[in-house]
Amino acid sequence: MSESMMTLHSLGPAVPEIYLAAAICLVLLFEAFIGVKRQGATGTLTLLVLAVGAGLTVAFADVTHRVVLFDGSYVADPLAFVLKLAGFLSVAVALLYSRAYLRNREILKGEYYVLALTALLGIFVLISANSLLTVYLGVELLALSVYAMVAFDRESGVAAEAAMKYFVLGAIASGMLLYGMSIVYGLTGTLNLGRIAGAVTAPDSLGVVLAVTFIVVAVAFKLGAVPFHMWLPDVYEGAPTSVTLFIGTAPKIAYFALALRLLAHGLAGATVDWTRMLMPIAVLTLVVGNVVAIAQTNIKRMLAYSTISHVGFIILGFVAGTASGYAAALYYTLVYVLVSLGSFGVVVLASRKGFEADKLSDYKGLYRRDPLLALAMAMLMFSTAGVPPFVGFWAKLRIIQALWESSHLWLVIIAVVMSVVGAFYYLRVVKLMYFDDAPETLPPTERSVGVRFALGVNAAAVLVLGVFPAPLLDLCAHVIH
Amino acid sequence: MLALILFYIFATFLVAGALGVITARNPVYSALFLVFSFINSAAIWLLIEAEFLAIVLVLVYVGAVMVLFLFVVMMLDINLAELRRGFTRFAWLGWLTALAVIVEITAVVWRHGLGAIDVSRGFAAEPANYSNTLELGKVLYTRYAYPFELAAVLLVVALVAAIALTLRHRPGLKSQDASRQVAVRAEDRLRIVKMPAEKRS
Repeated sequence: MSESMMTLHSLGPAVPEIYLAAAICLVLLFEAFIGVKRQGATGTLTLLVLAVGAGLTVAFADVTHRVVLFDGSYVADPLAFVLKLAGFLSVAVALLYSRAYLRNREILKGEYYVLALTALLGIFVLISANSLLTVYLGVELLALSVYAMVAFDRESGVAAEAAMKYFVLGAIASGMLLYGMSIVYGLTGTLNLGRIAGAVTAPDSLGVVLAVTFIVVAVAFKLGAVPFHMWLPDVYEGAPTSVTLFIGTAPKIAYFALALRLLAHGLAGATVDWTRMLMPIAVLTLVVGNVVAIAQTNIKRMLAYSTISHVGFIILGFVAGTASGYAAALYYTLVYVLVSLGSFGVVVLASRKGFEADKLSDYKGLYRRDPLLALAMAMLMFSTAGVPPFVGFWAKLRIIQALWESSHLWLVIIAVVMSVVGAFYYLRVVKLMYFDDAPETLPPTERSVGVRFALGVNAAAVLVLGVFPAPLLDLCAHVIH
Repeated sequence: MLALILFYIFATFLVAGALGVITARNPVYSALFLVFSFINSAAIWLLIEAEFLAIVLVLVYVGAVMVLFLFVVMMLDINLAELRRGFTRFAWLGWLTALAVIVEITAVVWRHGLGAIDVSRGFAAEPANYSNTLELGKVLYTRYAYPFELAAVLLVVALVAAIALTLRHRPGLKSQDASRQVAVRAEDRLRIVKMPAEKRS
């Protein structure tokens, strides 16, 4: 009796995952019996589930030191705690924004919320992965949920095509990951990331380089780094905007965790190898992302290329290969998620029934139609461009500082030049909204008070965190060390 | 010695079956060859005393997956000529890849010899009362409980996704209502018509 109590008690740090798995079953049953009759009830329940989950996470999973559970396949540390809270928050905000959009397209169904929750569980599994097996299961859990979400609007042929592309390329990436993992397992004889870190000490041995190559390719695929980025613009453009909002935000937290746990922790002995491989990937990602974004006329596609350029910055944090580099990458990821929630949120809110606000020209004169939405978008765009005092500035600055400290001078120059190039297309959106006239009468934007308030808070957070950057910066530095 | 002979017999069948899968012109034959390969690999697993896995392989892959596969292949009207078009155009790429793999394998064996694969370190024979299934269950529900449960969630996701993407509630859709079917009475369906008997002429 006492022994089983002990075991139950020791599972405390794993409460987020256990709770979420149970909540998924609950939401699924709720949808089957009540949700089918009352449209939107499942969505409300899901938001409640996320709020309770965040509360339970704070109560149980706020660990002060590293805890390893389930025979080494699960790890809870302060980093996982912060990332999980960010996951709860970003999924909740994304679902809140998408509600009216889903209703207008008649895809407001309980399964959408169930898939969002299973994706979140996949994100958590990745965040807390401490063995190659859990890493892979997390990747697949997240990916499978997201593929289905992209295809969720069955009337849309573009969405089906996007889902198919995503699925096939995702399967290739999984294959790469598994192959790399199998070589690591062959070399070290263990699946445990901690033990792998102890065993991989000879960075220049052929086997290690081979394994690292495949793992780097898989990570780059998942993050959407050039030259493995082909799927990203098509999927972002083809998916329903609410799904674009979802996949553009929370999963990035998971893939940051994937890179950190696999490369920076598990393969720390081979840092020389993977930083050398990530360097050209980061440079290409920055250049292609920023330059191609200029030519886009579709805002979802433009934001997709903007995502690619941000991924380049996150990878630069890993290229630095130091704790301050990882902390900068973590800070950049969190800031990116916050800003993307807002900017994709604006696109979702500007879309109406039968009108997809996905052309850049749809934003002409938005200032006159809806000043709040235009102001929020302008703040978010300034932040993404890296204009002080918005938070995006600090994110870019930290990455550049980390690169400077690790004496990557030419990478600093490329990062700065590409930030300037990027500023052009972000500020173009602001110009369209404030200085151009709307060509014809466009449908009004979403008027629901709660959602508009949330978007206002989101945009305000970008400014507030930019004026007072210290708490979040310190937190990132603290959880990485 | 007997095990070794059996291994070579099954292994030969396995390789032959696998070759059949990729060379058969008719996809139904390909699927049947795959069934044959699965059964032979199950036999090889039996030889290394992995009884549970062998049975599962037959039950799941042969019994469920391949039967479903055969259904799909037979129900879909696949135009083979259409599929094969362009095959010869890219055949050289396939040959090149195959050649590269053969060269690589030969190079590795050439350099290290087959001695690198230590056959003698194989599995020690377990006592007669050793239960493969029991040991597997113990490991799955203790050491690997977390990944095991996650795999279960993964299956739930696949189920939810498949239903969400294919189930349609259209008006006028013909579907069965089991409770109404069960509750039906003879009077609702059957009308007994009284007719005067006709006289034989």
